[in-house]
Amino acid sequence: MEKQTVKINVNGVDYEVEAGQNVLEACRKVGVEIPHFCYHENLSVVGNCRMCLVMTGMPARDRATGQVLQKADGTFEIAWAPKPAIACGTRVAENMHVITDSDEVRRCRESVLEFILLNHPLDCPICDKAGECRLQEYSHAFGSGKSRYVESKNVKPKKVNVANKIMLDAERCIQCSRCIRISREIGGKDIFGFTKRGSKTEISVYEGADNESNYLLNVVDCCPVGALTEKEFRFEMRTWFLKVTDSICAESSAGVNTRVWSREGKIYRITPRKNPFVNDAWMSDSGRYVYDRFEKGNRLESARIDSSPSDKGYAAQRCVEILKLGKVAIVANGWQTVEEQFLIGELAKACDAKVYMASHVDEDDGKLVSADRTPNLRGALVTGLISEYPKPDLKELAEKVRSGEVKTVLCFREDLIDLGFEPKDFKSANIIYCGALENDTSRDAKVCVPLRSEFEKEGMWINRQFRVQKFDRAVEAPKNSYCDCEFLVAVLREVSGASFETPSIKRVRKVMCEKIPALRGCENVGKLGVLIDGSAFAHIAFPETDAMHFKKDSREA
Amino acid sequence: MAIIVERRRLTWMERTYLPQIVSGLWITLKNLFKPKVTLEYPEQAPILPPGYRGAPTLVMDSAGREKCVSCQLCEFVCPPKAIKIVPGEISGNSEYAYIEKAPKEFEINMLRCIFCGYCEEACPEKAIVLQQEFSLNGRTRAEMIRNKKQLYEAGGVLPDKIKKWKKVKDTADLEGGSH
Repeated sequence: MEKQTVKINVNGVDYEVEAGQNVLEACRKVGVEIPHFCYHENLSVVGNCRMCLVMTGMPARDRATGQVLQKADGTFEIAWAPKPAIACGTRVAENMHVITDSDEVRRCRESVLEFILLNHPLDCPICDKAGECRLQEYSHAFGSGKSRYVESKNVKPKKVNVANKIMLDAERCIQCSRCIRISREIGGKDIFGFTKRGSKTEISVYEGADNESNYLLNVVDCCPVGALTEKEFRFEMRTWFLKVTDSICAESSAGVNTRVWSREGKIYRITPRKNPFVNDAWMSDSGRYVYDRFEKGNRLESARIDSSPSDKGYAAQRCVEILKLGKVAIVANGWQTVEEQFLIGELAKACDAKVYMASHVDEDDGKLVSADRTPNLRGALVTGLISEYPKPDLKELAEKVRSGEVKTVLCFREDLIDLGFEPKDFKSANIIYCGALENDTSRDAKVCVPLRSEFEKEGMWINRQFRVQKFDRAVEAPKNSYCDCEFLVAVLREVSGASFETPSIKRVRKVMCEKIPALRGCENVGKLGVLIDGSAFAHIAFPETDAMHFKKDSREA
Repeated sequence: MAIIVERRRLTWMERTYLPQIVSGLWITLKNLFKPKVTLEYPEQAPILPPGYRGAPTLVMDSAGREKCVSCQLCEFVCPPKAIKIVPGEISGNSEYAYIEKAPKEFEINMLRCIFCGYCEEACPEKAIVLQQEFSLNGRTRAEMIRNKKQLYEAGGVLPDKIKKWKKVKDTADLEGGSH
């Protein structure tokens, strides 16, 4: 069906926009921003902030005949609505005229802001939202700059703890009700609600009730003011110091688009990034703290050969020597980027090795935490490392090590002890461990190569929809660590004499996209990612269930 | 091209140089009896004009409350990046718990500071003030980095005209609020 469009006129300019949407959305799409607090494109419209008031008008009609009145030059006689209307609650209609920048509209905005600011505490210096606060921005742009209010401000509850994750400051609240709608419509549970009336209205939570939800912190991102702030991030750092990097959530195969906020190499928080095809504007609370895994104490600090520290270059050299002995097996994982998995595939071919993987399956919440807790298992399928869904352990490989069929195991990130290996197996085979984290395997491995965490490298992951998404490097890597791709290329070059001239990720990506048909055109996937054809893997029983923007059986249907 | 400047031939009187020497000594002699305009600096302290931009310090209000709420605007505005703040929360049992935020650590690197006064200008709480200290020295670099304690010692008390936080507290007490 063809999309229906209507003609509208915004500030004297004609546009053709999609029918059925509201004026605010239509104006945004043609590049006219209308200020708003309560409206959110992924939530229901309530229209209670009144910030998006605009003047609207329709072509006038003759009262007697109902005919549209047209002037001699073909333009319409416009019957302007006598009062401004909210843009979020008004649908676009054929030949609708909208004015968003007249003096009257500006006066509306100023007055609405004056009302909102009457009881606002103006404590921006101690408010965590400062710098990304809608009220701050709009007051600056549309506010009058002074207050006529001389009475005392209303006193409301402050520092209210919500489910131990959020600090609620009811004084700062402007009653937009976004948090109420998010927890109801996205989290599926009523957590917030308005109590009291008039200017005393305040946002409150059910006292003593279980307000816990894994999607609770979305209200913090969407709160237009500092009424709801994250406890973990409270007073940690002002937002204007933080560098924002586009990233992808490593929590599960949902591939939630995220932003990583860091300063001087330290990650302070992770927030969702809008992607209408994957996660809309939401993410799980658990996904916000995945960087905790890479805390300093957990990191593999330096390369080791036979448990003694060594230079990373020597360690790589030792890897090559061991790999050349033959009878190699490689343990890949679903946290590696597609580029790394492609290089592992090449390495496996070069040293005639079989690639093993272990699945990490947990409960699927039917939203944005999928059953597969690795972000890039689909990448291993697409790059051909594996052809079946992996088993949850590596007992098969452990058996082969015991029988002597495999003499060398090149293990990336996974903890072999957890996956069916026994400490004595480390004696019967050469175990090489490459990864960012220290674990039982790294402690006993013959050679350890410190690699980078997903926040310290760039690359692409393929999520449960077979959407290729890229993420950027957020923070600097520790100085002794090898860039994963660099390490793989260095080893690959030695083992096989392969033709990668420079170990740059862009070069690897280019070669990969040329070699793998499914990834053709994925060299530059952009911010929203590129959906690739995953029908070749339709026979595999993936553990994910139907969820937000994901239908399990859509491919088969 | 070289230019040859034509010089006037000196008279006999001028060639003796005596009038010039005598008139020079006369000027010196005159100044011996005029009032002094110079300062003997290390012994004599200069009188600094109001608004003089000396070392930045942190100040307390008349009740002894630390005014800084660690909003980090000074850190942001500081051109040579001399300021480093670690924000923190005021503990619940403090009398000023309703202000919520105070610096855990506040450092100004006096080797970096250029005495521009932007920090004072940016401060929404009037907590950082450039005062009159101008002769800063130390034996090591570390000594020249002033921590929060040193900054408050140097700053002292500066009573404020607008008692914004007191007003917040008084309103809350009056309304029986939950501060």
